[in-house]
Amino acid sequence: MIERIYRSLYRIRRVEEEIARVYPSDKIKSPVHLSIGQEAVAVGVCEALEAADITFGTYRSHALYLAKGGDLKGMIAELYGKQTGCCKGKGGSMHLADARHGVMGTSAVVATTIPNAAGYAYATKLRKDKRVVVSFFGDGATEEGVFWETVNFAVLKKLPLLFICENNRYAIHAPFETRHPADNIVERVRAFGIPSMRIPDNDVLALHDAVDSAAKSMRGTDAGPVFIECMTYRWREHVGPNNDFHLGYRTEQEAQHWIHNDAMRIIGEKLAEPARKKIDAEVEAEIKEAFKFAEESPWPDAAELWSYVYKE
Amino acid sequence: MPERVLSYPQAICEATDQAMAADPSVLLFGLGVDDAKAILGTTKDLVTKHGAARVFDTPLSEDAMTGVAIGLALAGMRPIHVHIRMDFLMLAMNQLVNMAAKTHYMYGGQEHVPLVVRAIIGKSWGQGAQHSQALHSFFMHVPGIKVVAPSTPYDAKGCMNAAIRDNNPVLFVEHRILYFLKSDVPAETYYVAPGKARRVTEGSDITLVGVSQMQLECFRAQIYLKERGISAEVIDPIWLSPLDMDTIIESVRKTKRLCVVDNGWLTCGASAEIVARVCETLQGEKIQVKRMGFANTPCPPTPPLEDLFYPNARTIASAAHKMVKGVEKLPDERAELKSAEFKGPF
Repeated sequence: MIERIYRSLYRIRRVEEEIARVYPSDKIKSPVHLSIGQEAVAVGVCEALEAADITFGTYRSHALYLAKGGDLKGMIAELYGKQTGCCKGKGGSMHLADARHGVMGTSAVVATTIPNAAGYAYATKLRKDKRVVVSFFGDGATEEGVFWETVNFAVLKKLPLLFICENNRYAIHAPFETRHPADNIVERVRAFGIPSMRIPDNDVLALHDAVDSAAKSMRGTDAGPVFIECMTYRWREHVGPNNDFHLGYRTEQEAQHWIHNDAMRIIGEKLAEPARKKIDAEVEAEIKEAFKFAEESPWPDAAELWSYVYKE
Repeated sequence: MPERVLSYPQAICEATDQAMAADPSVLLFGLGVDDAKAILGTTKDLVTKHGAARVFDTPLSEDAMTGVAIGLALAGMRPIHVHIRMDFLMLAMNQLVNMAAKTHYMYGGQEHVPLVVRAIIGKSWGQGAQHSQALHSFFMHVPGIKVVAPSTPYDAKGCMNAAIRDNNPVLFVEHRILYFLKSDVPAETYYVAPGKARRVTEGSDITLVGVSQMQLECFRAQIYLKERGISAEVIDPIWLSPLDMDTIIESVRKTKRLCVVDNGWLTCGASAEIVARVCETLQGEKIQVKRMGFANTPCPPTPPLEDLFYPNARTIASAAHKMVKGVEKLPDERAELKSAEFKGPF
């Protein structure tokens, strides 16, 4: 399990570093919201899921897409706007989806996919197909009414729905404290009668265990939803490939705590060096191939503008 | 074959019932769908027949419940979400416009959203500014979502069947006053397919296109006009998106006069769209066009002002008279052509 988790963390980190490296070339014409620093959330959750389980995410979902098994070549080609992209060049970085692997959709409008996950969970329950559905969203989404509406409905209908709040403490540049009267999301959600917990310090293994236990509790049962607030930190700017400490809304000193708690480094150190190096080499080769695939893939034909507006 | 008469709400209920019996993936929910009043009878007995898991009331959460409907559709279900007044759709706009309409395109065809959203427009007896809006044009504006506004019980059933079968989000626009209508409705399942208008009466002097309840008023106007020797061709677009312009354009080519009466405001509305497309196609031909619809105000509840807010058969006939004969001529009211109204208490 440690090897799997490390591979996924390393793969996401390196894919995004490569995106950031290529970005100035303007080959990726898509606003990228990098997950660098936050990989532990998607990896901790998805490594505890089954392949048939379903996820919904946000515009910052490169990590979720990859952690859940989304196709890497399709993702990079999508960022390049190529016909071979996972969404045929019609989604871009903010709307990645790979339905075959349970990445159902990601949205630019905050909190929008949260009720979609609840709807999928209702269908799952109705069909008794024993899936678990996971809704990923940020701390900012808990300021939207639809989040609370969905929590209410999910508890009411005892849905097999896992709420994953990725709390990186910033909504673009606005710190948590300026948006919430108290640092108590978990307590507020718990008041609905839903098991709720916080996982501090980007702790991928603690999160994995919590999700494993939550998924077991709700899979095919009437136990209902679980809420997990995952404390994490975005290393780069809100959107784009760079650091943004010069903007003054946060300090490099603040970031040190999170860099010290880097899940990729911590988990990597648990592996013997040859094992780690082998994983690194395999991932590097895969990334190289994916970017090459994207570079060499064709643009969509003009007629593609009109395809998929309506389903036949 | 003997006539089988159903009311508009009975027709909707029958279509829903038959679809739910035929396909276990069809679900029905919204505020009040399982209560004793059963959304004015349109969901009568459905919870008993199909069970509380498939027919359920919801919390007062239009935004989330629209999102839930989309999630159900993504999972392969065919949800029907009911709003007893169209005005509540404003709470669901994000999900409808940003998700439902875009999912199929944005995810490159991987997913689609077979969703029916029912919305009833209110009118008369003090419905007022927030219970009588007709906002279908908002949705006509957005690619990826279909809009239908059936004006007869026959079309209500056929369009509901088509909407449920459709693999896209469909806004199903109903009108409270149309609920008083009864007509012949076949027992079997049939479809009034998207993108096909109906020529309701044949005429040579003017084309009247009426949307939703205004279709009924246009039909009555046509009777008033006949008394004056004016032959009006009445067209019901039925589906507003996709919109069958061919039938309308073919008619205007013949009559040279077009009056579009929308059950809604004019600015950026269905009437503007229809007239613009006719003018683009028939440029250079000598035609007259006119639009009628709601007064450019919120809807007042007080009866004397509310009467002025809406076009009716007589004002439509008068406007058409002017287009054909050069002067307005308000016909004397005939009792059988008056619109049905609510009787109090509510």
